[in-house]
Amino acid sequence: MPDPTLARPHDPPRDGPLRYAHDPSRLLLDIRNLEVRFNTPEGVVYAVNDISYGIHEGEVIAIVGESGCGKSVSMMSILGLIPKPPGEIAGGTATFMGRDLLTLPESDLEQVRGIEIAMVFQDSMTSLNPVLTISRQMTESLRRHYNMTDEQATARAIELLELVGIPDAERRMSDYPHQFSGGMRQRVMIAMMLACNPSLLIADEPTTALDVTIQAQIVELVSRMRERLGMALIWITHDLGVVAGLAERVIVMYAGMIVEEADVDSLFDNPHHPYTMALLAALPRVDRRRDNRLNSIPGSPPNLLNKPRGCPFAPRCIYTIDRCRSERPPLIPLSPTQRTACWVTTSDDFKYERRQDSGYESQSAGTYE
Amino acid sequence: MTTLDATPTTLTGSADELAPPLTFRQMAWRRFRRHRMAMAGAITIILLFIYAFVGGLIYTTADANKTDTSQRLSPPSMEHPFGTDTVGRDVLARTIQGGRISLMIGLTAALLEIIIGVMIGAFAGFFGGFTDNVLMRFTEAMLIIPSLFLLIIMARLVGGNAFWIVIIFGLTSWMYVARIVRAQFLSLKENDYILAARSIGTPTREIIFRHILPNSMAPIVVAATLAVATAILSEAYISFLGMGVQPPTATWGNMLDGSYNYIESAPWLWIFPGLLILLTVLSINFVGDGLRDALDPRSRNV
Repeated sequence: MPDPTLARPHDPPRDGPLRYAHDPSRLLLDIRNLEVRFNTPEGVVYAVNDISYGIHEGEVIAIVGESGCGKSVSMMSILGLIPKPPGEIAGGTATFMGRDLLTLPESDLEQVRGIEIAMVFQDSMTSLNPVLTISRQMTESLRRHYNMTDEQATARAIELLELVGIPDAERRMSDYPHQFSGGMRQRVMIAMMLACNPSLLIADEPTTALDVTIQAQIVELVSRMRERLGMALIWITHDLGVVAGLAERVIVMYAGMIVEEADVDSLFDNPHHPYTMALLAALPRVDRRRDNRLNSIPGSPPNLLNKPRGCPFAPRCIYTIDRCRSERPPLIPLSPTQRTACWVTTSDDFKYERRQDSGYESQSAGTYE
Repeated sequence: MTTLDATPTTLTGSADELAPPLTFRQMAWRRFRRHRMAMAGAITIILLFIYAFVGGLIYTTADANKTDTSQRLSPPSMEHPFGTDTVGRDVLARTIQGGRISLMIGLTAALLEIIIGVMIGAFAGFFGGFTDNVLMRFTEAMLIIPSLFLLIIMARLVGGNAFWIVIIFGLTSWMYVARIVRAQFLSLKENDYILAARSIGTPTREIIFRHILPNSMAPIVVAATLAVATAILSEAYISFLGMGVQPPTATWGNMLDGSYNYIESAPWLWIFPGLLILLTVLSINFVGDGLRDALDPRSRNV
């Protein structure tokens, strides 16, 4: 009998080459005009404002931005994971394999979550139930979604744990989460999410809570798993270093809006949104003097209680013109693979020069004593 | 050379630290064992169960209910170690048979109370909003009724057999459990692992009973223990007032009822059942205390 977890029509061959040339007709997830709000006692928080993007089968995209920019909320809302109330999906569609996830009843959504779309969360220390053994948590979805027997589910779970590099997997099945280290727990989480062989994996800052060497291992693990299982991947992060090595396409979010979307090369070589430039300038660099203070973006993201009238980044931007404060820029296509929401940098006169004059590079480059 | 010789000793010393970490249950058991009063209580309870259930094999229900008017109110003797009551029944046999009923009432009433309390608390805490409001207002309404009064009225209405007594106790004492469970659910449902469980498509029913409930077991276990003691006491109250299990079936409570007129003239009538109730309730409360400390995840000192 074939392994039931493998017998799925849309799975690409496990070891064959991936379709990197993305066929636009094979859009896996198509989000259009998504709006998410939270009705709090202080007022309406506009968490996600009119965002649209798609992901193709087997594609890797990264969503970057500071904390509180709506990265996680936008993903969780399409999976029905935000609390309602106070959360509210105020508009838009999220078409996944022909169905709009936003209008799907909860029972159908339960089927989508885990089988079709899986999500790995930020904090591996708290993402596993402390009173249940790894075995119980690993086999749960297998038994439910595939009607596996205990033995089948256990065998598959051990196989998955070995796949993500848990040594001595069989013995560790009966352990509790507190007996694992942070990195190991994140591996277990990933194994759990891969259990049903989803066609889309959403990784919500899965490496933030881990130290740098473990981070590298997890990034490597996820991209290896992705290649092997051929799933699409959305990697939510604020670490552009990770993005460079992993993603094909990058979406930059700010204040619940998409401010720039580009293929990874254009984004690093030719960023057009001042916020993207600022993020890039804030990256620590090995070719810089070590006693230099790291660049930071002055100010903080806007309070989403008030919907800004103009460009949300205008108060922190060094290029701001009058129009920025009065009118919100739409996403303006610059090339087939890049679009940017900025009045200034998308005009023909603007020329970005990375090394010296991007403003953010030199702004706080003074020596720190 | 001496330093080299010393090395193996340090290695053996650290071997203990390398032992696999204790599971939660092992740690709790360790802490419980160090709680002297709780251990004494646990042993006493075990002895009381042996007294009632193994003793019941020697002194049968027939022995407990056999009247012998020639032996009325005889003080403790070789033949009747605990004396006899007003109709000449053997008090030892009756405390044994009564113990079986009283302990069973305590256990089953506590179980029922926990089931009702957990259900109501879990739904209120998990779903929140309207459900929570309705269930909690109902709980509060139940709480403000004086429970002894309610017990007496209900006992009067349904008559005195052990089954209905258990049902009544269950229906009138679940409110504190419901509140504890609700509070647990309110905080536990916000955990990341609940979000993670939902993200792999775990249905709500399983989230409630397989993910959150096991996490709130510690306070529930403690509440259950104390509920057993309360139920045994309540049985004694209403039996003393003549509303409990009706004679000739013996319980510790209704044995006290019959002894009221003989407090001075025949003290063995109330001393023995009274002592047994006291011992049981005291031991259960000590065990409850011990469990509370042992199961508290914040006290990690082993």
